[in-house]
Amino acid sequence: MAKQNKQITITIDGKKIKTSPGENLVKAAKTNGIFIPSLCYFESNESPLGTCRVCTCNIDGKPSPACMEKTREGMEVEVNVDELKNYRKAIVEMMFSEGNHFCPGCEKSGNCDLQHMGYEMGVSRSRFPHIFKDRLIDFNPKRMIIEHNRCVKCRRCVEEVLTDDNLQVFSFCNRGNETVVGIDYEQEAKLSEEQALNAMHICPTGAILVRGQSFAKPFGDRRFDMKSVQKDYQKQLPPENPDKPREPKTIATISLAGCFGCHMSMLDIDLELLDLVEFVEFNKSPLNDIKEFTKRCDIGLIEGGCCNSENVEVLKEFRKKCDILVAVGECSIWGGLPAMRNTIPLRECLEEAYLNGITTEPGEYIVPYDTDLPKILDKVYSCNEIVEIDHYIPGCPPDAHHIWKAVMNLLWGEQYSVLYSEFKYD
Amino acid sequence: MKKKKQDKSQDRSKILDCLWDFQNQYGYIRDEDVAACSKDLDISQVELEGVISFYHFFHRQPAGQITIYLNNSIVSECKGFQRVKEAFERETGASFGGIDPSGQFGLYETACIGLSDQEPAALINFYPFTNLNTLKVRSIIARLKKGESPASFCDKIEEKIRWKPPKDKTIFFRDYYPGIAVSKLKDYSPEKIIEEIKKSKLSGMGGAFFPTGLKWEFCKNQPASPKYIVCNADEGEPGTFKDRALMNEIPGLMLEGMTVAGYAVGANQGIIYLRAEYIWLKEKLEQTLSHFRKMNLLGENVGGIKGFDFDIRIQLGAGAYVCGEETALLNSLEGKRGEPRTKQFFPTEKGFLHLPTVVNNVETFCAAARIIELGSEFYLNTGTANSPGTKLLSVSGDCHLPGIYEIEWGTQISDILEKCQATDPYFIQVSGPSGQCISNKELNRTIAKDDLPCGGSFMIFNENRDVLNILINFSEFFKHESCGVCTPCRAGNFIIQRKLNKISAGLAYSSDFEEVKEWGNIMKVTSRCGLGKAATNSLLMALDKFPEYFQSKVDHHKEGLNKAFHLEQAVQEYEKFNN
Ligand SMILES: Cc1cc2nc3c(=O)[nH]c(=O)nc-3n(C[C@H](O)[C@H](O)[C@H](O)COP(=O)(O)O)c2cc1C
Ligand code: SF4
Ligand code: SF4
Ligand code: SF4
Ligand code: FES
Repeated sequence: MAKQNKQITITIDGKKIKTSPGENLVKAAKTNGIFIPSLCYFESNESPLGTCRVCTCNIDGKPSPACMEKTREGMEVEVNVDELKNYRKAIVEMMFSEGNHFCPGCEKSGNCDLQHMGYEMGVSRSRFPHIFKDRLIDFNPKRMIIEHNRCVKCRRCVEEVLTDDNLQVFSFCNRGNETVVGIDYEQEAKLSEEQALNAMHICPTGAILVRGQSFAKPFGDRRFDMKSVQKDYQKQLPPENPDKPREPKTIATISLAGCFGCHMSMLDIDLELLDLVEFVEFNKSPLNDIKEFTKRCDIGLIEGGCCNSENVEVLKEFRKKCDILVAVGECSIWGGLPAMRNTIPLRECLEEAYLNGITTEPGEYIVPYDTDLPKILDKVYSCNEIVEIDHYIPGCPPDAHHIWKAVMNLLWGEQYSVLYSEFKYD
Repeated sequence: MKKKKQDKSQDRSKILDCLWDFQNQYGYIRDEDVAACSKDLDISQVELEGVISFYHFFHRQPAGQITIYLNNSIVSECKGFQRVKEAFERETGASFGGIDPSGQFGLYETACIGLSDQEPAALINFYPFTNLNTLKVRSIIARLKKGESPASFCDKIEEKIRWKPPKDKTIFFRDYYPGIAVSKLKDYSPEKIIEEIKKSKLSGMGGAFFPTGLKWEFCKNQPASPKYIVCNADEGEPGTFKDRALMNEIPGLMLEGMTVAGYAVGANQGIIYLRAEYIWLKEKLEQTLSHFRKMNLLGENVGGIKGFDFDIRIQLGAGAYVCGEETALLNSLEGKRGEPRTKQFFPTEKGFLHLPTVVNNVETFCAAARIIELGSEFYLNTGTANSPGTKLLSVSGDCHLPGIYEIEWGTQISDILEKCQATDPYFIQVSGPSGQCISNKELNRTIAKDDLPCGGSFMIFNENRDVLNILINFSEFFKHESCGVCTPCRAGNFIIQRKLNKISAGLAYSSDFEEVKEWGNIMKVTSRCGLGKAATNSLLMALDKFPEYFQSKVDHHKEGLNKAFHLEQAVQEYEKFNN
């Protein structure tokens, strides 16, 4: 891009900013410390793709994607308007609903642009129903593995991954919600190791993997673990009535189709737990092994979604007996890891687990079925597909401090802010 | 970063023709065809697969020696689609979406095929068969089985021009003598033509209403050349068939309009992008083209103007509604996936092969030819001050006289309903699914740019039609036709449809309606092209305009439960497995 020395002035959220003309707006904003969410855009590409729409801002009063705009004198940009924030958040939520994103099992977790956008925008759940479409994991390419469950159709790979003969290795195939990224095995085989790695890195999600390569880095060291790119990152509930005295309250908790990891996390606030028990009484909960409700509770914390009929009954009872219900963790929010089976027919799951599985005891080929046993549902349901849920705390498991800050806010209106590093999906 | 080399763009723009050849020859596109074709064009196979899989009429699996596409648009649905569908399956032994065991018949549903005045209708090897019913289907299949060719007994499409204004106000369907508009060109300079078009206030009839004169001027002022004139004959908006009528009745007028445009902007190549659903019109168009060449209305020194060479070719589409969007159309012309481009350039700046291009609708070109023929004064004398001229409406649905109505802009809805004898209108869809719906309380509104701008589709539904059923049909259409490039349209249409099914099943709370509104609005604001932006228009409007209807669909008892969940249903599969 021809750089001119002349500086121009544009306005972003009322703030006047000096920049050079013809600069990409997302980049210009970033240089000036203003964060405009973006996903398909990457700085080395001079003709932006404009596919994801995550960067939608008001440009001179009209909503359009910021990544498609070049700076020009007098340009008026609105970024952080509630309405726009909501739209952008919705688009990220759509991506989570459209694909099958099991972050705790994903090689790219912590280094993933989609996840990062979720963190920056405070996506604690998707408002849209998860589609759970059965998608392929393609092991055919020589060097790569294509995980279609995670592809967000940003198109970066289609435009950027070319062979030395300038042939496309990737292309969109089909259309509408059937659109997938197709890979050409013949061309893929021609890529050098370096080119293959570049493909993996250019993919904003964990959809393109290179065999033998992993992203393994410990928690805390990964790209998006610790620090927000927004200077004023502050998330979640607004302060409500911060001076209210702590009235004693009753809590119930349950683990449905979960792994008890969320309950473990609840215990993870260590000594602060002692402060807490002065004001709260636990009713029905695995923490104290009280099996039945003995009274109405102020708050119920639900771990896990529903995979069998008993889960459903227990969840409905919680709804009846608790004033506020909080879905704690990915499994209760949208199904989480157990929902991996949602793209596979139940019949196949049962056959694999009880009849054909390698761990099946010889001679024990039966699927448990008895009037005393809970019945298995056709798929794993999120809690809000069955009852109304009032609040959601993301994470697998959620950070202990996140859980209790949210609970204390709900019970006593205590002010809190979740740190960027506490807001996680894995 | 490496830049992609300039592809052999001219060659490449023949891809669609090439794929059509394979499709016609073998009934599908074989692996070896893909390999050969990609090698020929020096593109990777996956890129070619991407193109093939974009278009509904290209198959990678055998699609039958006789391929039947049955229209599933809402009008077809109202007129007996379901029964006809079952009849086809019964008679052929195939199921929709595939072929019969012998491979003779392939059955596929398809979006509106531009025959809404004669539904249910189907294309059999792309020949039209209309007003289908069970008996007719039986006889058609019997004849096909006997070896008769579809071409030999298909229905001849006669245009029913039901109404036109008095003679001094008719623009389109007045007597037509080939060559009048072109013969007038020599009295005008290109600037003068543009001025005349501007004076007439002609604006695009394809649905976006961009001032035509201005568009031509933009293109004329571009330094790059050559320039192209593209006629958008992709008429895909369900319920529209007015371009069909123009091409069927007076194809020459459209060619003249394109020639006028070519003269005005300095182009010498015109392309008609004809939707594949109208293949049966292609022969007539080709004949007209060669007739025009003989009459020196096309070719070199057209109309006796020294140095003005202009010719026109036809490019066939392959089944994708979104290719009606002008930038998607240009991509398709270039032999690519028909995905709309980003809006960085107007086609008049960078269009076909990145060269200045005018894209106009069939009706726009016809109107332009008439303006040159009759003068802008004549044109301004019809319609209203803001919307002069006439407009062709394709009227279909619950009325006694479906067909083409040439009305003056400014005509009241009630007037149209009376003319077409719609005795019991309840829900009227103006401009197709992407347009607007109106209720029978708004019959005094007018078809005009400042009231109800109309692209051409006018579908009438009576009280017996279920509003949600109509909306679900629309939503299915958009889901299927979305190009898939941008998130809100690709995922949104799918998600909205699920919600509509939930509402339709009587499982909705009022919060579901709030959500539909919010989601619809998100798609509207954030989608990349007009398809996604307009996909929820009708839905959002219907929610406002038919409150009693939707109230009847709401359950007010909530008690914290989500009644869309049924335990008995959810355990059914497990019970079945164990029994
Ligand atoms: C999804 C979509 C489909 C469209 N389909 C058509 C079409 O079938 N025919 C048409 O003339 N214009 C169609 N248009 C409008 C074109 O983009 C363009 O505005 C038009 O061809 C310009 O010609 P005009 O100015 O003469 O109307 C469509 C637009 C969109 C967004
Ligand atoms: S880390 Fe990213 S790609 Fe992987 S599952 Fe999570 S969101 Fe999807
Ligand atoms: S594979 Fe990765 S880079 Fe390619 S479209 Fe999908 S998310 Fe984008
Ligand atoms: S709005 Fe729909 S049709 Fe238009 S670009 Fe986006 S996905 Fe494609
Ligand atoms: S970053 Fe702008 S559209 Fe994707």
